[in-house]
Parts: sequence; C-alpha cells; structure tokens
Amino acid sequence: MTTVVDVEDVTFSYGETVAVEDISLSVETGDFLGMIGPNGSGKTTLLHLMIGLAQPDHGSVELFGEPAAEFENGERLGYVAQRSTDRGGAMPVTVREVVLMGRFAHVGHSRLGSEDHEIVDEALETVDIVDLADRPVSEISGGQRQRAFIARALASESDLLALDEPTVGVDADSRSEFYDLLDDLNRQGITIILIEHDVDVLTKHVDTVACINRELYHHGDTVSFIESDALAEAYGKSTGVLDHNHP
Amino acid sequence: MSTDTADGETEQSVSEPARRVPTRRRVEEFLLVLTGLLGAMMIAFIAVDWLRTFPGAVGAIAQTGFEQFLIAGEWADYYLGTNVFQYPFMWRAIATGILVGIVGPLVGTYLVHRQMALIGETLAHTAFAGVAIGIVVVGALGLNATNGRLVLVALVVSVLSALGLQWLTEHTDSYGDVPIAIVLTGSFAVGTLLISWGREFVSVPIDIEQFLFGDMAVVTAEGARIVAVLSVVVVALVAFNYKQFLFITFDETAARVARFNVTWYNALLVTMTAVVVVGAMQILGVILVAGLLVIPVAAASQIAQGFRETLYLSVLFGQASILAGIGMAIWQSLPSGGSVIVVAITIYLGTVALSDRSAALATR
Repeated sequence: MTTVVDVEDVTFSYGETVAVEDISLSVETGDFLGMIGPNGSGKTTLLHLMIGLAQPDHGSVELFGEPAAEFENGERLGYVAQRSTDRGGAMPVTVREVVLMGRFAHVGHSRLGSEDHEIVDEALETVDIVDLADRPVSEISGGQRQRAFIARALASESDLLALDEPTVGVDADSRSEFYDLLDDLNRQGITIILIEHDVDVLTKHVDTVACINRELYHHGDTVSFIESDALAEAYGKSTGVLDHNHP
Repeated sequence: MSTDTADGETEQSVSEPARRVPTRRRVEEFLLVLTGLLGAMMIAFIAVDWLRTFPGAVGAIAQTGFEQFLIAGEWADYYLGTNVFQYPFMWRAIATGILVGIVGPLVGTYLVHRQMALIGETLAHTAFAGVAIGIVVVGALGLNATNGRLVLVALVVSVLSALGLQWLTEHTDSYGDVPIAIVLTGSFAVGTLLISWGREFVSVPIDIEQFLFGDMAVVTAEGARIVAVLSVVVVALVAFNYKQFLFITFDETAARVARFNVTWYNALLVTMTAVVVVGAMQILGVILVAGLLVIPVAAASQIAQGFRETLYLSVLFGQASILAGIGMAIWQSLPSGGSVIVVAITIYLGTVALSDRSAALATR
C-alpha cells in the first residue's frame, strides 16, 4: 500500500484567523476517508491543502510522494467542489461536454480522440446517465448533475477523488444512490476523500474518519471514531468566526 | 412536425448520441463555414490594400486584386442602387466590421459565462483613454495624429489596462463590480482630461465623437490592417485553447485541480478582450462596443443546447448583427454602432421568444 496524501504538521491561516492547526494525517491507496466537523472547522481548507490548491503556512503536504503545490499530474486528481450542483445554471453546457472535461488534462492542446470519447461513454454508463448525455446540465436534477460531475472525475481516470460536500442540494434517494456509487468506485481501487456533514451517511460508507475543528480530533477507522468522543468534542468547541464558504 | 415525431426522435437521438448529427447543427456549421469564408475574403482585401503600396510585381499584382474588389463594389452599387461599395474606405469599414463580428462574440462567449460581461465596457473606456494619450503623445512628438496611430496607442493602453485590471481583481476580490467601476470611470476621466488639456498645445484633427459612438469613416487602412492581424491571432488562440478556456469558464477550481494555469488563461482572455474591443471600437464606438461581445452571446445562450453550439450561434448572431446593422446604417444614413446594436437586440428578443421551442428543435 502506498501513501497518496501525506499531511505533516500543517497549519494554515486566513490572515489572523487560523483555519487548520498542527494537523498530521495520511491517506493510503484505496482508502475511503471521510472528513467531518462543524461549519468553519477548516475541512475545505484541509482538502484544498491536500490537493495542492493552497499551500500551508507551516508543515508539509505530499501528494503521490511529491510536494502537493508542485504536483503537476492533474489527470490523477478528480475533484467535485462544494455546491457544484449550482454550476451550469445559466451556461449552456451538455452533460457530455462536462464529462469530456475530464479528458482535457490528458490531451492538453491536442484533439480529443476516439479513445477519449470511449472513456467518456464508459463513465456516463458507470454513473447511469447515458440517456442524459446531450441534455444541458441546467435541465437535469441536482442528483443527476452530481453524477455528471462524478462521471467527469471518472473520465479523468484519476487515482484520487476529492469530494467537498457533493450532495448538498440533492434529494434523499439520489444521495443514497450516489453514496452506493462511491462505494463501488472505492471497491474498484479509487482512493476517495469526502467531506460530509451527515455523520450517519459518513460512518455507513467510509472506512476512515478524520474529525476536524481547526485541530484534528480523531483520525482512524470508522468503528474507533464511533466509539470515541471526538465528534462531541469537536462540535462542542467554539467554532470561531470562519465562514464555511471560504476557499 | 408533430409532437409525436419530436418525442420519437428524441429517444432515437439519445440512443445514438455520437452517431447522429442533427440537421440544426449541420445548418449552423454550414453558416459558420460561410462566415469563415467571408472573413477570409475580407482579410484578402485588407492584404491587397496593404500590398499594393509595395513596389514591383507584388505591388502590381495586389493593385489588380484591389481593383477587382472595387469593381465588385461597383456592381453591388449598380444592383443595389447605392453609391458606397465602390469606395475603398467603405470596403475597409465593412471588412473591419465583419472581422470584429467574428472575434467579438467569440471572446464574448467566455466573458459572459465567466460573468465578466462588463469587462468589455471597461476596456473600451481604457481604449478611449488610449486614444486621448495617443493624441497627446503623437502631437507632442510632432507626428500627424492619424486614426491608425491612435488605434495603435489605444491598443497598447487597453492591453496594459487589461493586465492591470486582472492583477487588481486577483489581488482584491473576484471579478467584482468595484475594480471594474474604478477602472471604467477612471480611464474615461483620464481620457477627457487629456483631450481637454491636449487641445491647448496640440492641434487635434480627430473628431472624438467618432470614437465615442462609432463611425465607418474612422476606419483607415492602417486600422483595418491592425484588426485583420489581431483577428487571425485571436481566432487561432481561441481554437488552440478552446478546451482550456471552456474548463476554466465552467469550473475554475476543478481546472486548477487539473493543473491548468488559470492565471495565465485569465490574463490571455482579458488581453484578447482588450484587442477585440479596440478593433471593434472603430465601428461601434467606445460606448457601444461591449454590446457586440455580450448581446449575441446572450441570444445564443437562450437557444443553444451546449457550449460549442453557443459559440457557433454567438458568432453567427454577431455576424448577422454586423451585416444587417451596417446595411441599415448605409441605407438610412445612420451611425453604424447604434444600428449594429439595435439589430443585435432584435435578434436577442427573437431568441427569447423562441427559447421555449428550442429543446424540441434541437433534435430534429
């Protein structure tokens, strides 16, 4: 088993406000890590640090053995942002075009080939939205849109899937199907890091939990997390002034 | 077509999405090829207009080619009962219009969907400041303040302002209203002050209103040449970076994760916008130029099913606005800028009315 993400003593602040402090954890190949914590607890910041979107003020983050900020292999990373279901509201983009974006890091400035289109077709099939391929993203439901974003990540053939509260705004049935899909993908060997508010959903699907409120309150398997008081401690702590929607 | 047929065809298109090209797309691609040919013809005109000034065989051949355009213009005047197409200045104006009609909506498609629509307006105002700086600098150097020279100075000022605005937005907030408002009003203020001050010691043979409201007579051979070169560069850059611009426009954070150099592409986009705005400013004027970047895109977005189609339709609507607008300006002796924008808005209203029917039409 190799280390996908290695976070070592990381601290990050927005100006004077410390978002994450002295956090160390690692994610191994094939892990399904769930990150939980109150609003403004630094989960999104930590995820951004892990995938190299931000650089720590102190400590180090390695991604696939390289410093995360210098990691250039974008095609190895799949990402679904917070409130991604809001995207495409006014922009006319078809589901197929969204999924094709997953191939862009692979082809660069070259033309997309038949192999790329086949991979996209497979990704659409995996998440069961083939029949929506030519529909504008703005005309499909939140759950279907979420599947389109996962299909984009699949089409990128990424080794690591980073998901930031992907089911916000998605109905209960679609959420359940969505998490079953993530379980399938994880069983196929894809490493997943998921930020999720719902502790029941989280503990049902992930195999490792990181409980965060600026500091790391727990990092271990799901059973040890349930048996611990980490959640109560993390939520009991003053959450500070950080807005949850910060980058 | 009946509803039953439309439904049936919807199912068929879903089952064979990659194999079946809808008639609508074929028509769009055909019109796009025609637009491309028209653009190439206009570049050919601008090229022969330039090359005919060369000595020797090159100049002679170019002169012959140039005369063919004017002869075609005489025939057009004969059949249309007009007295405009036989003159080189009108060909230059039409050529400039057709080229900015292609590149304006092309760049505008990305701007509108990045919610940066007002940046075109801002850069047009910086171009106005550029014209004012041009008047002062060219006058102070004792040179003749030709429109072509002023366009060149406006181009430099506008590109520098675009990059400055990009820096400002990255170091303050996203493309918010505040940096836009500051640069827009600031550059206009500088422009008016410079013109007022410059008139005291520099003779200004330029009618500044032509730059404000657009006038086909503004377009000189030099101005048309600048637009031709920049149009080729902009089309090539958009074609080369289509995927990168699309990804960043749709989901900037995911594009960063995929290790796209978002800062570089943003800088490239605002620079191309500055370039297009200065070119289009000659025909449309500072006040109206942003309309060409925004309105055809808004119209296309009403009825397009995907991004590629939005891009195609934006260019087609932009071109239709230019051709009909210039036609209207010639026929009724109206300002070109206002005519083009009024036609564009008419097309936009038409697409708003059509938009409910669009989904059914897309699969026919």
